[in-house]
Amino acid sequence: MAVFDERLRATAEGIVARYPQPRSALLPLLYMVQAKQGFVTREGMQEVGRLLGLTTAEVEAVATYYTMFKKHPTGRWVVSVCTNVSCALAGGRRLYDRAKEALGTGSTEVTEDGALTLEEVECLGACDAAPVVQVNYCNYDRVTEDRLLEMLDGLRNDHVPEPSRGPTPMPHDRTALLLAGLGDEDG
Amino acid sequence: MADFEPVLTARWGRDGADGIDGYLESGGYEGLKKALAMSPQDVIEAVKSSGLRGRGGAGFPTGMKWDFIPKDHPGPVYVVCNADEGEPGTFKDRELLERDPHQLIEGIAIASYAVGCRQAFVYLRGEFLYPGLQLERALGEAHDRGFLGQGIAGSDVDLDIVLHRGAGSYECGEETALLESLEGKRGQPRLRPPFPAVEGLYRSPTVINNVETLSTVPHIVDRGADWFSSIGPEKSTGTKIFCLSGKVARPGNYEAPMGTPAREIIDDLAGGVPNGKAIKAWTPGGSSTPFLTPDHLETPMDFESISAVGSLLGTGAVIVLDEADCVVDAALRFTQFYAHESCGKCTPCREGTWWLTKILYRMENGGGRLDDLQVLQDVGDNMLFKNFCALGDGAVSPIHSSLKYFRDEYVEHVKRGGCPLEERPAVTAAEPREAGATGVVELGEVLR
Repeated sequence: MAVFDERLRATAEGIVARYPQPRSALLPLLYMVQAKQGFVTREGMQEVGRLLGLTTAEVEAVATYYTMFKKHPTGRWVVSVCTNVSCALAGGRRLYDRAKEALGTGSTEVTEDGALTLEEVECLGACDAAPVVQVNYCNYDRVTEDRLLEMLDGLRNDHVPEPSRGPTPMPHDRTALLLAGLGDEDG
Repeated sequence: MADFEPVLTARWGRDGADGIDGYLESGGYEGLKKALAMSPQDVIEAVKSSGLRGRGGAGFPTGMKWDFIPKDHPGPVYVVCNADEGEPGTFKDRELLERDPHQLIEGIAIASYAVGCRQAFVYLRGEFLYPGLQLERALGEAHDRGFLGQGIAGSDVDLDIVLHRGAGSYECGEETALLESLEGKRGQPRLRPPFPAVEGLYRSPTVINNVETLSTVPHIVDRGADWFSSIGPEKSTGTKIFCLSGKVARPGNYEAPMGTPAREIIDDLAGGVPNGKAIKAWTPGGSSTPFLTPDHLETPMDFESISAVGSLLGTGAVIVLDEADCVVDAALRFTQFYAHESCGKCTPCREGTWWLTKILYRMENGGGRLDDLQVLQDVGDNMLFKNFCALGDGAVSPIHSSLKYFRDEYVEHVKRGGCPLEERPAVTAAEPREAGATGVVELGEVLR
């Protein structure tokens, strides 16, 4: 196995052991693939299937259902802009449009330098701080257009702005380890 | 409301209240200790007589849900906390997790003791990174101090709580879709019956409760069912966190007794509409609850009173639009949300949300026809109560309610060949899109 070497396999087995049934570990294991490969690769899905006794089709059916599993190479910094109503009322739509204009259309997959992925997202559950932006799922409250452009400029050079609360964002692959529930482990 | 003392949010803003020491200093885990000294059935009876109803949107009596769990079940029984908060306008569970994670853990422990669960789960939406880290840390602390693990709080009861993160799907907040997702499948709803109390997680009896619901439980056990039921109206007891967003001066979470009039919550707590503008429309409980108007502002915010005026209390998420905001535009953006989040299992929801999006987009951008008003009504009628879950019903709410109260505004869109209002914040928003498995695909060109 190329994705799950011996060490990662042991980690994966630890995740499987959290649950009464192995298949429940599918989402965290897909996050592990994302952490190792940068996105959910075909190879990764095949290996996860073998680890859990599922067909690749079963794994792919799940992986393609959820928006946080990326099926293509993704920037180190995934920038998510909420444009649902509470954020739109505070300028969230204009925010997204400005960012897209600044980064170019291709940025909804990944910018040419590999630094950024721009996403328009649904309600992030932080409407008191509208308009809300996340960088690798860390929240930035009441973001203005100028502030967002400044953030994007910085992120291109891995200058990561301090979020409104919680830890400073880590690169997208490292973030996937946290999402797999491996915050304290090396992965 | 003058003498109201916050309960659920009492620790917010206190230094260190999110850690176990701060939690214990402020009376934390006392409810659990009291519960463990009672019989499980007495705990259930206490929650039943408190009148607590689910805070995740549906308002089902919590104690009754617990009591549905078979007492003689030979296999495992599960408690699952629904922390997949995603209803647009709702952000109370996030703040409860960030600021007082132990309160939730204590509630889960009490619920687990009451129904005989030895392994509980928290299904947390993936985008809640910091809330998840807070909860993870708190779970570790609770283990270290003996409130989780073997013999919790000095009793002979064992309990573990597993934190499980989702990966981006509103539908997983629907309880049976949540169970599917927790079992490692696509998050699509199940046919009911059987209900989760009979066949839930791994086909075992399962209680599924919202974060706010479970966070309320320790206080009920600690201070008594009578204390709780003395707050608010008879059928909607206790305190509730209301999420205020949109055109209010001070957006935020505000705890108030159930039954507090909407006007007090919007004006007194959230500072009213800024810039001297008037309210045009508001949702009492998120995007899935029908819009109400200024005529309804004296309505008490409780399950019965809001139902009586034709909407739903939902999650208590009040989104305010002012007189300059376009209701058609807001309905469009909500509908776009449902089209994006529909899991695709049921035809009326999957297809209906797309057609509604296309029609509203056309109307907002100058291509509307008078016939469209009837088509919107009809498509909605053909979606209501025809799906496995309530997502499709929620999608109809903003459309039917806006047609009911703001018909003139729709007609004006047709006559003027587009939006007549100055503020169309979501509008440009409105380019139909599909953010699917392979990333965002722009469909605007296709649909024009």
